[in-house]
This record gives sequence, structure tokens and C-alpha cells, in this order.
Amino acid sequence: MTERAPVAEQIPDFSDYRGVWVNVQQRDGVAAPVSWQLLGQAVPMARELEVEVGAIVVGYRVRHLAEQAIHYGADVVYLVDDPVLERYRTQPYAEAVARLIQRYKPEILLFGSTNDGRDLAGAVATIVKTGLAADATQLSIDRETRLLNASRPDFGGKLMSTILCKRHRPQMATCRPGVFPTPAPDPTRTGRIVEEPLGLSEDDIPTKVVAFLPEERRVDLASARIIVSGGRGVGGPQGFEVLRELAEALGGVVGASRVAVNAGWISYEHQVGQTGQTVRPRLYIACGISGQIQHQVGMQDSDIIVAINRDPNAPIFRLATYGLVGDLFEIVPALTRRVRELRQRLSQQRDVGPTPRSAASTAVGGNGTG
Amino acid sequence: MHTVVCIKQVPDTSEVRIDPKTNTMIRGGVPSIINPDDRHAIEAAVTLKEQFGGRVTILSMGPPQAIAALKEAISLGADEAVLCSDRGFAAADTLATSYVLWAAILKLSEEEPVDLVLCGKQAIDGDTGQVPPGIATRLGWPQLTYVRRIQEIDFARRYIRVERIADGGIEVLESRLPAVVTVGREINEPRYASLPGMLRAARYQPRIWDRNFLDLDPEQIGLRGSPTIVSKVWAPPRRQRPPVILIPDADRDPDAAAARLLDYLLKDGVLEWAPAPVPAAE
Amino acid sequence: MVAEKFDVIVVGAGLAGTSAAYTLAKAGAKVVLLERGDFPGSKNVMGGILYRQPMEKVIPGWWREAPVERPISEQRVWILTEDSMVTLGYKSQRFNEEPYNAFTVLRARFDRWFADQAVAAGAVLVTETTVEDVLRENGRVVGVRTSRPEGDLYGHIVIAADGVNSLLAQKVGLHGEWPPDRVAIAVKEIIQLSRERLEERFGLENGEGTAIELFGEATRGMMGYGFIYTNRDTLSVGVGVLLSDLIARKIHPNELLEGFKRHPMVRRLLEGGEAKEYMAHLIPEGGWPTVPPVYTDGFLVAGDAAMMVNGLFREGSNFAAISGKLAAQTALEALERGDFSSRTLSSYVERLRETFIVRDLEGYSRVSRYAHEHPELFTVYPRLLAEACHELMTVDSIPKRLKLLDILRHARQRRPLLAVAKDLVGALRALP
Repeated sequence: MTERAPVAEQIPDFSDYRGVWVNVQQRDGVAAPVSWQLLGQAVPMARELEVEVGAIVVGYRVRHLAEQAIHYGADVVYLVDDPVLERYRTQPYAEAVARLIQRYKPEILLFGSTNDGRDLAGAVATIVKTGLAADATQLSIDRETRLLNASRPDFGGKLMSTILCKRHRPQMATCRPGVFPTPAPDPTRTGRIVEEPLGLSEDDIPTKVVAFLPEERRVDLASARIIVSGGRGVGGPQGFEVLRELAEALGGVVGASRVAVNAGWISYEHQVGQTGQTVRPRLYIACGISGQIQHQVGMQDSDIIVAINRDPNAPIFRLATYGLVGDLFEIVPALTRRVRELRQRLSQQRDVGPTPRSAASTAVGGNGTG
Repeated sequence: MHTVVCIKQVPDTSEVRIDPKTNTMIRGGVPSIINPDDRHAIEAAVTLKEQFGGRVTILSMGPPQAIAALKEAISLGADEAVLCSDRGFAAADTLATSYVLWAAILKLSEEEPVDLVLCGKQAIDGDTGQVPPGIATRLGWPQLTYVRRIQEIDFARRYIRVERIADGGIEVLESRLPAVVTVGREINEPRYASLPGMLRAARYQPRIWDRNFLDLDPEQIGLRGSPTIVSKVWAPPRRQRPPVILIPDADRDPDAAAARLLDYLLKDGVLEWAPAPVPAAE
Repeated sequence: MVAEKFDVIVVGAGLAGTSAAYTLAKAGAKVVLLERGDFPGSKNVMGGILYRQPMEKVIPGWWREAPVERPISEQRVWILTEDSMVTLGYKSQRFNEEPYNAFTVLRARFDRWFADQAVAAGAVLVTETTVEDVLRENGRVVGVRTSRPEGDLYGHIVIAADGVNSLLAQKVGLHGEWPPDRVAIAVKEIIQLSRERLEERFGLENGEGTAIELFGEATRGMMGYGFIYTNRDTLSVGVGVLLSDLIARKIHPNELLEGFKRHPMVRRLLEGGEAKEYMAHLIPEGGWPTVPPVYTDGFLVAGDAAMMVNGLFREGSNFAAISGKLAAQTALEALERGDFSSRTLSSYVERLRETFIVRDLEGYSRVSRYAHEHPELFTVYPRLLAEACHELMTVDSIPKRLKLLDILRHARQRRPLLAVAKDLVGALRALP
């Protein structure tokens, strides 16, 4: 996809395609947070286009998710509820979604870019014969053309490409969890639920789910508020123990650069970056990470970035809010120690009871160089 | 047993250099490799062949230089390789690509029925796994994506059972053949090509199929057949970050530096369990 | 699976190896060319200049189709002191006309093309494959062992063209490790300049090119030289010195290159250029006495692996190409006879003697030894020369005769007349 479109072009009449929809992914009746994040993006886009926000909920005994979708901004929810849909399988889900598209004609349809989301979106786009933009990190509407502009970082990382789907509907896009913030639900919101039958029986579907093994506590980087991340400078799996202690003390999770994961020091689910996860925590502490573009792309939207590195010329320092040039194996334990002390002080205070203002400031470390 | 492996030749990201002036990736001179996930697919196919017999055919859509990737796949143990190459395929998005590969698989099925299509789960140059579902949908075959292990496969009984990495856990799915399966690093360790494999690859010439040979609808290939298009490439306005605040003497007195950092973080209010310090009462 | 058998196995797809493989394939022999790099040329480093005529002996008309950079029409020699240079040069239109004399090349491009020619002629090329050892039967070499699974290959003859760090010839016992005074180390950068700027700066027209060799301070007075060669839109800039000298002076090769690039006379040529690639390589040094035995039963050695380099005259590439061809011809003769023992293969040395190679290498060894025994060539003499020129060029009110006497007096202070006489006699003797 490297060609540019010719300037003047006949765009077919798609006036019967209206609505910005989001596919609400769910498993066992629990919605994936990315669905709500996408609804948060759908609402302003629908407003611009002056159309409704739609949500698709497909599953078994999932009516409550339809209601949640309304709280998160959907005006209308298309619900397909059937025992055949109890567990995710491509065929029945894709057919259900495709039928809804063919019947109700949304102009835009967004999916979460997870394994199941991509599995589904790729099938739906082929059934319906439309365009699918993958891993968009920015979504916007071009008012004049009513076109969805789905943008994503280029292969190299420093540039953005904008993808358009001009002559097909719906315009589909997938977005990764954590790229967009989760909106606050409004339990007072009301909307419509339109229920549709599935029209498929179990015999029609050759694929069966034999078992499902839920994974133990997975690393949830995408929604973490504090991440302590390690790169080449960590030197080995033992080094990550030091970071783990800091993460624990802070109440955060451990992340890693591709270098550390490829070296086998930590598992892939901790990887942050272009080929790992995109994160936007409040605090990102990069230890021994040089800050190559492929890593920056995954964490550059963090609110506060702390860089700890021996090399003062490391690119990460250009991105960081605070920088410490030194040995992470001295700085990180020192920080962990101080954080633990602080937490202890705070919890003691809480036990004791509310304290006068000025005392609180001193205790919390107004002149905390100790 | 006839297994088709769809592969893609991609630029080697680990060797990517960024041109500081234009902020684009320097593609010229960047070596091309077989997409890493596709190597796992090739390995899985060759392993099945070693267990059950049969043939492995490599299939790819790309420019003539992709021949090198196909030959490499031969060196890894595949039997045949076919490249779908045509000027008209250029600028194809995933819909147009799955169209061409679907037609090629049908053609290969005429020669010998295809039992299994294996693909890498995604391409490192931006595909995000849309082509295999496209192929499966067009063929009307089951699609099993993100498979980390093939538990059982029975070509005679037309049966397959896999472990799939789903959202939130591992699914065990069973389905019937023929099917489209996508795999990644979890499934195996790709082998090194043997010397006989290398020799075979050096002498091997893949077949090249163009749009006429595949009798393709010109409206569905290349740019014409691509609903999505890259309309522009632009530099995002950099988030205005002020220059970094360097905490001094982090090397000489790490403890003091850590304390200062903690101070800053508290004032910024990023530590949710600690209230931001209230200014001292006057 | 039975390992495949070839007529000849050539190890190393550099200039020697590819020449051998090409010659063999053209004559219909079943030959395999093994290369450890990702592609032929990926591991090869040269200044680099290729000479038209010697290469034509291997592949006629090569220069018409090969990816060459610029035909060299000018040769400059610069003798540097810290802040000055004494120069000598020759430029000729005729060198910029067919059939040309020499070309600058970039090995990554050239070697690939050359290997393609060998493949087109019928050679089988296998890359990314390292040869770890030879296979022997009753003391004869009968094949090679590679690092790949099922990695044994059999052949009537193995031609080792695996470069200056050749493992195979050592494994066969033809020689041990090279001491550091038998190799030079060269470091080089490819520097990008726009075509217009390059042509303007070096005074080039019609695609011609310049080769500059720099002595004296260029190598901080060590034995060796620096070079600047013009490619189409890049410069090959580098410096090479005897490894033992570099070690003794405790200078890092990179430092040597940086110092060279910073020299006031060099810096302005490189101004505005961007370093695109950095590479370093060892170069055989010492001439004919350094050349080890180059054959044994079932085994021949060609190119840098056989230490065939004439450093002063920049001749390593043509020796490599020609020795590769001669090794191939020797192998063809052996194949015809059905005898692969040393007895037949010894004709390789005779073939080498018939060419200029051996004579030039013999001559070069004298030059090399002389240069090593006379470090003042790279330190004192450049300064002498510079001072003399400086004095001559300075226009002041001193009469010319007094100036000349002054020059001589200074010279004698730096280097006594007797020493100069000895140097001269030695030089005459060392002449090739």
C-alpha cells in the first residue's frame, strides 16, 4: 500500500450507509475494555457526521453488555444472542456481523485489534468486500467527504500514514487496546436495542471449542498506570528482579524493550514498542533503554517519562521528562527503598488519623531529600 | 497430503536505518527476509511432511525479487514454490492480496487437492494478519488463527485439533480439513537449512504465475481491487515536551538523585497512592 | 542421504574463488562455490581498484557489463607532514577512453555481479554457509565439512579461496597463524558526496575518476599509506598500516582513520560528505616469501588465502583473480588426467611463475622489507622534502644559492649524508 490516490475521483453514492459502529468484543459476558475505548472515539465522530453511534454485541446471554454499551455512548445496539455464539468462533460471529452490516448499513465500523478482533475483522471485511485499516492510532472524520481518516505510524515509526476507504462501505478499522483512553460510562444514558436472530445452527459450524484455559494473571500493560521498563542495560533476567521490586513498590507493572525480550530475559507479553504493545501510562520509567524509534512508538504518549541510563547520549533522554545519567543498579534500588519508606510512612499516618496540613506536607516529603 | 504455505518477503526491520533528514526508513540496501512468522509456518509444514508424507508448496505474491525468499523456503525443506507476480498486482491491499492467493490456491488444488494452508500470523511490515482470514473466507474453509500447537491432525479423517491463543486464554479448537491455520513463534523453532537443501534451492527455479495464467478479474487485483489506500504520509506534530530535567549526580550519589526524582514525581501527582504535597501553610 | 559429489569445491566467493568457479563452469566442470556471507562481496573489503587487463584474462570484456564506478584517469601521490603536502601526479585523457586501464569498484556490487556470471556459466552458488574443515581420506583432501546440518560435501579437488584469515590452509597444515608483521590492517569508510560536488572538487569530467595515495603523516609515519578513490557519488577513504606497527604504537585502527580524515589536506576533500559505511580488513603483506605452500593432495590455495598481495602497487585483486583462474586450470588438468595428487597439482606453481605474479611478489618482498627497515621513509624524508619545497617556494630576499645551501644544511642535520647514501643504495637494490 504505497501508492497515492489520484486527486479527482468519483465517490459512489453511499447515502444509505449511516452510523458509526463499534464491535463490542466479549468473552464469557465480559466486554474487552478496548470496546469502550473505541466507543469513546465513535461518539465525537458520529456527532460530526450527524449520525447515530451503533454497537454490535454478539454472544450468548449478553444483553447486559448491550446496556453497558449504551452507557458508554451507543445510541443503538445490535444484539445477536444465541447459544451457538456462547464461545467465540470465526464463522458464526463473522456471519452475524456481516448480516448486520448488510441489513443496517453502517458507514464506519471499528474493531479492537486483539487476536480475536483481528480474526473476526479480517473475515468480515472479506465477506462484505470492504477495506480494513489495521492498528490505527488516530481516527478522525473529514467533514467534506464524510471519510474516516485512519492513521497509523509508518513502518519506520516517525511518519504517519493515513488510510482511506473511498469506494467501499463500511469503512473498517482496528485499533489496539490502550491507544485510546477509556471513557467514563454514563448510567443514565438511554438507547435502543435491536435484536437479530443468528440464523445458524450448530451443525452448520465445523469448528468446535473443545476447551478453554483462561490464563493466569496476565500482564496488562495496556491499562497499567505505572510501568517500570527495562532494556539492554538490565543485562539479564536477574536484572529484571530489581525492576520488579520497584514496580511492585510503586504499584505498577514491568515492561521491556524488544532487546530484552529477544535475549530471553523476560517474556514477550512485557514487550513495549512497535512489535510489542502500545502503552500510555501516567508514569513510564525506562531503565537501561536507549530509546530507539521502534520502542518510542510504543510509549511516547506516557504522561511522565523517566530515563535512567549510563549513556547521556541515548535517544531516550530527548523524550524524557526526567533524566538520570548513572547506574540503574544503584539508582533503582535506592528509589525502591525510598518509595517503600514513603509508603510505610503514609500507611502509618493513615492508621494514626488525619493530621494537620503542615505536618502532612513535611511527612510526604516536601523537602524530601531526606 | 498437500500443504500450501503462504509467505511474504519483507524488509528486515532489525536492520532498518532511519534517514535523519527525511525521517523515512532507508529501504535501499536493506536486506529482505522471509517474514519471521512465515518461517514458523514453513517449519510446521515441513514437520508435518516428515511425519505424514506428502508435499509442501510455497506460495507468495510479490515482485520478482521475492524469488530469493521462495528459494530460501525450498532450502528449508519445501518441495515446490510458486510466485504470483504481475505489475497489475502492485499496490494491493489485503483484500486484493487474498484474492490473488485464493485463486492460486484453487489452481494448485487442480494439480493436487490442498489439505491445509499454513500462514504466518502477521507480517512485520504492517499487515496485521488480515490476509489469511481473507483467504479462508474466500475458500469457505475454517480459519484457525494464532495457533500455538497442532494437537492432532488426521488427513484421512479430515480432522484437526489445535491450541489457539485467544483473548484471555488458550482455546482448544477442533475442526475439519481443509483449513487455513496461522502460526507464530510459539509453535516451533525453525530449523537451519541443510546443505542438501541449500544445493537444491540454488538450482531451483520457482514457477511464476501472472494474472493471465490465473485468469483474474482486473477489477479485483492491485490498486483497482484495493478498497483501502494510503492517502498521505505526514509527520505528526511532535508532542511538545520541554527539554529533559536532568537530575544531577545520579552517578556519584544515586540515593540523593533517587530522592529528588521521587520528589518530582510526587509533585506531579503520578503516584496515585500518595497525595501530591500540599503547599506549606503560610 | 548420500552427500553430493562435485568435480571441484571452491571455498570463498571473492575474486579468487569466483574466478576459479567461473573458469571451471565455463569449461563444463561440476563446481560448487561456497560463501559464508549473506551474498558474495558482503565480507569483502578493498580500496578498491580493479585492473582491466588482468581481469580480462579471466572474463573477457568484463568491464563493459560489470557494475564499475569510475575509470581511473589520474593518479596522485601526496606526501604529508602535519601541515603540508608534497604532491606528484599523472593524468591522461587516454586513460578515460576504451578500453580503459583501471576502475574503482564497490565490492558488494561487483562481487555479486561476478558471482552471477559464474552461476550463469553453470556453477552452483551456496551462500550463508561456512566451511569448517576439510574432509580427508588417506591423507588426501576429498571434500569439505560445512556448518550446516548434513553439511559434508565431496569433490575431487578443493580450492581454498577463503581470504586472509583462511582456516582451511591452516587445517591442511600448509601454514600456521600469520604473525602481525605479515599482515596489514586497513580501515575504510565510504563517504557520500553529491555527484556534482565530487566532480567539481576532484576536477572530473565525463565520468572519469581519480586515485590518490597518501604517505607520511597520513599513517602517522608508520609503514603503509592512506587512499582516497572516487566512486560515482561516494569516496572510498581509508588507511592501511602494518599490524605489528599499529600494535606497537598502541593506536586504535579507528583512531588512525579519524586522524587521517582530520588532516588539513584531507579534511577539505571530505567536507560536507556523510559517512555511510565503515569497514576494516586484514591484508596480506610481505610478498613471495610470505606465500605459503599453495597445494597438496586434492587441495589448492588462491588469492589472499595464499597471501598473494603486492601492497605497494595496490595489487591484490588481480593476483586473486588470476591465481583463481590458474588454480582452476590446474584442477581441469587434474580432472582430465584423473590424478588429483600433489604431483599433478604442483603445476599450479609453475603456472604462477609463468605469470607476472611470482616475479612481482618476489620483487615486492624486497620493497616490503626495505620499507620496514627504513621507517625514515615515512617520517624523515617527507619532512625533508616538505621543508625543501617550503624553502624554495618562500619568496624572501635571500639569494637562491644561499637558499639551496640552507636546504642542504637542514637536510644533513635531519639525516646525515652517509645515511642518505645508504638509503639510496638500499632503495636501488630493492627496486622490483
